[in-house]
Amino acid sequence: MQPEPGSLARPDSPKTLFFAFTGLALQGFGGVLTVAQRVICEERRWLTREQFLEVLAVAQVLPGPNVCNLALMVGDRFFGWRGAFAALAGMTAVPLAIVLVLTALYTQFALYPAVAGALKGMGAVAAGLIAGTALRLGSALRYSPLGVPVCVGLGVLAFAAVALLRWPLVWVLLGLGVVACVYAWTRLRAAENARAH
Amino acid sequence: MASALSTLDWLTLFGHFLLLSLLSIGGAITVVPDMHRVLVEQMGLLNDTQFSASIAIAQASPGPNVLFVAVMGYQAAGLLGAAATLAGIMLPSTTLALAAGRWGHARREWRPVRAFKAGMAPIVIALLLATGWILSAQTPGWRHVLLAVAAAVLVWRTRVHLLVLVAAGALVGALGWV
Repeated sequence: MQPEPGSLARPDSPKTLFFAFTGLALQGFGGVLTVAQRVICEERRWLTREQFLEVLAVAQVLPGPNVCNLALMVGDRFFGWRGAFAALAGMTAVPLAIVLVLTALYTQFALYPAVAGALKGMGAVAAGLIAGTALRLGSALRYSPLGVPVCVGLGVLAFAAVALLRWPLVWVLLGLGVVACVYAWTRLRAAENARAH
Repeated sequence: MASALSTLDWLTLFGHFLLLSLLSIGGAITVVPDMHRVLVEQMGLLNDTQFSASIAIAQASPGPNVLFVAVMGYQAAGLLGAAATLAGIMLPSTTLALAAGRWGHARREWRPVRAFKAGMAPIVIALLLATGWILSAQTPGWRHVLLAVAAAVLVWRTRVHLLVLVAAGALVGALGWV
């Protein structure tokens, strides 16, 4: 279940960050986000789901690989640039060595149909893992100042634009994103005014 | 494997990935079409098979998907090529992410920052769902989609170990069922 803010932990050193991110990167086949969410929110309890979603929102909107941006920002939050570097290095160093070794072996492996089939099956699971993570993070929207119906509406529109209509991401973020942020701003202002009276 | 790159080739390769880094909103995978244009069509460093194999290998390998960029660099020009493409795609975006993360965290109680996070949350979730959709729709066949949906539901509702799911996917695929 969702941990209370009081029960959050923090990593004790950049070294802990390095090994935690190495560990989660090595479990992430076809993408690391699912494992990152599980390890950071549920196993280590460094961030709540809301906080994870907030960091992810910034990581998604900026250019660059989302999980690397996420690692940087999480590491930076705890130990400044040393933490950022430790988390990013943990995320990439060992997996880079593995992927280069696999590439060197690739020409021999690719000839077997079983290997091609296994790659295909892993690809399907990887796609499912990403969608499953989205559904899991969806529970954090219950606390959204936008309200659940508006969140669902925005989500459906964004999904349709990107997945079905294949609009460029930049336009979806600029169009729908700006509308969503302006609406959130008015809701937050209304909530603050209500509290002031 | 091409190894005789001129200085100009190296600068072009590195410079192009530096530029793509700043354009890669949504991850490096979104600028793949442009990488294809440069590496395959313009510079002739990779052929089509090597290019698509780079992405498949990185996806089947543990770690962030961005490593496919290093695989492309490696196939084009060895270890130094991998260093050039990976450093190129990472340097600008990581610098920006660090600066933006700090800026936002220092102002986290400021209403525009809170509005940004609250407004973007449902869209971020929808983008993840869309990524799952696009990845599983690449390959035709309903069994493939069924496998993806099963994995999604298991991740959502249970705490089954993720490696178990990946291994099951590999096994089902190796047996030719998807």
